[in-house]
Amino acid sequence: MKERTVQLEVLRYNPDTDTEAHFQRYEVVCQEEWVVLDALNKIKADIDPTLNYRWSCHMAVCGSCGMMINGEPKLSCHAFLRDYEGVIRVEPLAHFPVERDLVTAPDDFMEKLKRVKPYVIPKEKKPISEGEYKQTPAQLMKFRQYSMCINCMLCYAACPQYGLTPSFIGPAALTLAHRYNQDSRDGGRMARQEVVATHEGVWECTFVGACSEVCPAQVDPASALQQMKITSSLDWIVEHLIPGGRSAGDAASREDAVDKS
Amino acid sequence: METVSTDVAIMGAGGAGLRAAIALAESNPKLRIALISKVYPMRSHTCAAEGGAAGVIKPDDSFDMHFDDTVGGGDWLSDQDCVEYFIHEAPKELMQLEHWGCPWNREADGSVAVRPFGGMKKQRTWFAADKSGFHILHTLFQTSLQFPSITRYDEYYALDLLVDDGRCQGVTALEMRSGELRQFHAKAVIIAGGGAGRMFPFSTNGAIKTGDGMAMAYRAGAPLKDMEFVQYHPTGLPNTGSLLTEACRGEGGVLVNKHGRRYLADYGMGPETPLGKPQLKTMELGPRDRVSQAYWHELQKGNTITTQWGECVLLDMRHLGEKKINERLPLVKELAEAYLGVDIVKEAVPIRPVVHYMMGGISTNTAAATPLPGLFAAGECACVSLNGANRLGSNSLVELLVFGRRAALSAAEHVQGLPAPDTAALNTQAEKTQQRISELFSRTDGKESMSGLRKEMQETMEKNVGIYRTEAGLQEGVNKIHELRQRYRRIKLTDKSSVFNTDLFQALELGSMLDCAEAVTVGALARKESRGAHQRLDYIERDDRNYLRHTMVHHQGMDSPRVDYLDVVITKSPPGVRDYSGDHK
Repeated sequence: MKERTVQLEVLRYNPDTDTEAHFQRYEVVCQEEWVVLDALNKIKADIDPTLNYRWSCHMAVCGSCGMMINGEPKLSCHAFLRDYEGVIRVEPLAHFPVERDLVTAPDDFMEKLKRVKPYVIPKEKKPISEGEYKQTPAQLMKFRQYSMCINCMLCYAACPQYGLTPSFIGPAALTLAHRYNQDSRDGGRMARQEVVATHEGVWECTFVGACSEVCPAQVDPASALQQMKITSSLDWIVEHLIPGGRSAGDAASREDAVDKS
Repeated sequence: METVSTDVAIMGAGGAGLRAAIALAESNPKLRIALISKVYPMRSHTCAAEGGAAGVIKPDDSFDMHFDDTVGGGDWLSDQDCVEYFIHEAPKELMQLEHWGCPWNREADGSVAVRPFGGMKKQRTWFAADKSGFHILHTLFQTSLQFPSITRYDEYYALDLLVDDGRCQGVTALEMRSGELRQFHAKAVIIAGGGAGRMFPFSTNGAIKTGDGMAMAYRAGAPLKDMEFVQYHPTGLPNTGSLLTEACRGEGGVLVNKHGRRYLADYGMGPETPLGKPQLKTMELGPRDRVSQAYWHELQKGNTITTQWGECVLLDMRHLGEKKINERLPLVKELAEAYLGVDIVKEAVPIRPVVHYMMGGISTNTAAATPLPGLFAAGECACVSLNGANRLGSNSLVELLVFGRRAALSAAEHVQGLPAPDTAALNTQAEKTQQRISELFSRTDGKESMSGLRKEMQETMEKNVGIYRTEAGLQEGVNKIHELRQRYRRIKLTDKSSVFNTDLFQALELGSMLDCAEAVTVGALARKESRGAHQRLDYIERDDRNYLRHTMVHHQGMDSPRVDYLDVVITKSPPGVRDYSGDHK
């Protein structure tokens, strides 16, 4: 296997001893096929045990190891050294407070996740003994993509709007609301609208699309948010213009009604 | 030291811990639940499970068949009362997940779809593409958010159980963000801390799988059971060890050696089945222990392929076609492409067996109770004796649901009418944890390097406790791990900071792994037979007369552990021949 000496410039910060963050440079011999995380692990084991970062699965599914690599939000287990030349700059995920070194505090995201009620609010309740809610492959495909979010928060680090307006619920949490809204088993869309259809919700999004570009799970939050804007607009039209009209929430529960609109 | 008073403390917030928390919250909304985990719940390693979860659902299947597959697959080391309970609960739990929104794949009529899996005679593996564990974990985590009685303590590293009056009454844990120690006084504790695969160098397991829950229970006096049974998954990526799910073979992928031969036919799993037409319970759908062992024999015969990542065989999925691969195995395709540069649509992918799962763990009964009153355990960290000597793929995701729930019900019953804790006694114990940490911080004469010790442990396990084992190798392993445990007492922290000190956490994790590794090596040396995943070159037959029993390893401080045995529960299936030849009816 081919080896290569890589230089990493890592942002260090220890609240116990530092007044401000500073870069530290490491030179580390790597295998050509490694990812940035492998290089960090080698530093941790052989060069500097005081370097701190999170990681676990090394296969882009646990979402632990998000960080800024040359200014871009990336999973370090999925940032291949072959894609980088020269010094690689590694910093903590943008838009989140730093606990230490590359470890950021995700409290705000965790709180927002909870606010969108990301669980099935059943359209009709039935006991387990009555079996599954039937769901055709087509109905599954309406939300499956949006259920793939690994909560890595790269989209929050990429979103300029979240950087400017921290009250914005943000791409991943809103996409998760959309995932449940689109699930044929769910009847909770109106309950989620209190959070989703507000100025902190989808209307804060200015459709930059950076969230979808950086998403490592191909979830496409930007499209979810635009779909939600359409449905929320329909709600408004129905409530305000059509006498005795049904809300789009009811319409959405009928097959494909939203898709045709 | 801050004290949190709660009713039930759960250590671990992966599949089993979350399922337990939800079951407790549903059973009695007044119960206070503390869910403690060293990672945010969605980082738990349940997320990496790919293939699916087994439960009888289709009309041509039966509970008896799932029973027989599981007991035979486990080479008769499973407790059959446990298997019986499990198979009946399995479909209910999977259906419950369906009601909670898990995106299971579907048939055209909207019913849940199933896929074939190794060692299973019928199709009964429910799946969500090849991200089944991921979806189970996230469905459980998101569902748990609606219960106000569940208080999460994310990124708290659990250290020691508090035991008083013969009962487990709490746990200590470090808040990782501040470095401050907390004690949780609880009427019952459930451990759901996962496996310990990181004691090996080449593993599908994430970095967090360091056996902390097992070691914590073990140190507190609960025995570890059947630890010598370590599962090698047959198909791991040869460089990163990432898992390529058994569903690759369930969907029709085949294993070939350097001559292009489907070599499993030479190891009692033939005759060869037609390409693209996988048959249940034979050839590539044999059980994991047999398939991994066949690789070892191919290696001895020189039939493997030498690659830049070491010796490999090939997993060929080209005949499945791009459409099926995209629909059913998208993650596998992505992993092989990203980490190995292989497009599985066009090329066969080099693979080799990789440490994947611990059949052993904290000894529990079918009620998920350990021998220590007030302590319950579920998931990979527990050994409820469902999996016996070899777990069948797709039984473990269901195990963590079935026994996560069962642990919760047992704990809810246990906490009824207990006397108030003797807080002074618990405080004294918690102080001991504090002293242990302080001592680690203040140690200045330590000469051992933490990463150096970890490397020695991993190399020892790989060399001496692999797919095939010998007396001499195991004795060397026992001696070496014992030596490493002594040397561990002299490791020194480089990082003395309080905030998110991963040097400290890695040191603690190494301590957990060494405790678990000692139980694995000692148990393996004592078991002089070959059964399931425990294969001895010097005792090649299964020995039911002497070893149809569980290995129980008891912690003895810094001394070598004590080993005794517990009979296997046989209800209706006497030990028989494991037949994975396609000829059987």
